Amino acid sequence: MHYVFQFGVVQDNWRILAEGALATLWMSVAALALGLLIAMACTYAMGSRVRALRAVVRGYIEVIRNTPLLVQLFIVYFSLPALGIRLDADEAAVLGLALNFGGYATEILRSGIEAVPHGQVEAATALGLGRMRIFRHVVLFPAIRVSYPGLAAQFILILLGSSVVSAISAEELTSTVNSLQSTTFRSFEFYFAATLIYLGMAAAARLLLDTVYWAGFTRGRPGLGGGRA
Amino acid sequence: MNRDFGPTELVFLLAALRWTVALTLVAFLGGGLGGFAVAMMRVSRLRAVRAAATVYIALLQGTPLLMQLFLAFYGLAVLTGVRLDAWPAVALAFTLYAAAFLGDIWRGTIEAIPLAQWEAATALALPRWHILRRVILPQAARIAIPPTVGFLVQLIKNTSVAAIVGFVELTRAGQLMVNVTYQPMIVYPLVATLYFAICWPISFAAGQLETRLNMKGNRA
Repeated sequence: MHYVFQFGVVQDNWRILAEGALATLWMSVAALALGLLIAMACTYAMGSRVRALRAVVRGYIEVIRNTPLLVQLFIVYFSLPALGIRLDADEAAVLGLALNFGGYATEILRSGIEAVPHGQVEAATALGLGRMRIFRHVVLFPAIRVSYPGLAAQFILILLGSSVVSAISAEELTSTVNSLQSTTFRSFEFYFAATLIYLGMAAAARLLLDTVYWAGFTRGRPGLGGGRA
Repeated sequence: MNRDFGPTELVFLLAALRWTVALTLVAFLGGGLGGFAVAMMRVSRLRAVRAAATVYIALLQGTPLLMQLFLAFYGLAVLTGVRLDAWPAVALAFTLYAAAFLGDIWRGTIEAIPLAQWEAATALALPRWHILRRVILPQAARIAIPPTVGFLVQLIKNTSVAAIVGFVELTRAGQLMVNVTYQPMIVYPLVATLYFAICWPISFAAGQLETRLNMKGNRA
């Protein structure tokens, strides 16, 4: 083995790496926000009386869950322009990640909703609440509490999985490292550094999400305390 | 002149599908062996052994698969001094990745077996290895099947990431076909359809297995 590791060049480029990491965080959070909107709309549609609507949502979930994220991104970025939908790489990346997150999140929210006893909906109906208000206050919010741990885990998967958007030339940590290593020829060092940054971001996100869960959902609820999101 | 997407191109995709399947099988079998070792380490009596397995799982679950692929690819190049082709690096990375996830899934199922089973077996003076092999693992194996089958779907889909390091499997073949036909609106949906055709039946089976297991559990 004649290779000499040189991490100095990684240190020299720390500012560029930090920018890439921020782009990854921003992209993941944007995908989370958009994906949650998609998931809420789909969850609402799943409760619809229109069978065709339910079938469309079911199909969307099955397609998302049974095809690779990378291929989903290729379709959003390369195939959609044929239909006249033209997005730049960063927009396509956020949309692709959001569609992916939305599919899983719908499934997670749905099982959360199934955990809400039907008697509560009947009670709310008896109190004369409208459909929308019942959905929001009686079904959705308690369901979010039950679904939170699953959604948090799914967000971490998106944060780490977002590294593949480099393949559609979106700008984030992995694409930053790709170009740094190609000009410095210090491939292993840069990928090693990027791996550590991802590890740190995932750990920080986990800590934050757990704290939010603890502060927002478990206070004053014996039996839920100390739970890990 | 551009080629249109036709039977020849379809055959190329189907041929590349073999490599998706081959990579999945190597990772699933290798990862199965590794995952069993990781799960055993996680329930070891030695704290250091448990800690090592915990760190291993946390590292592989806390970093992107793509980074693991790059590290394996350039790491092997550093170790051997030559740049190998993608296959050994990709096979190694996916095996280590699968070992971490299967190890964690199986740890969960072992820990799901009630402690009373351990206590009863200990009271019968069975040696620890016997307790595991004859009492705990047979019960754990039963509940491990649905999540293990579920992970297989995850693995098949994730082999697509190998396309990024240049390993020619289904997704990479799709990219190559787009390069010659300029018809991404045909090729990528078709690639997605092929993945779906493999993954959906397995997902469905995993769901059925889980339902059946839950029903059995309720009856008992």
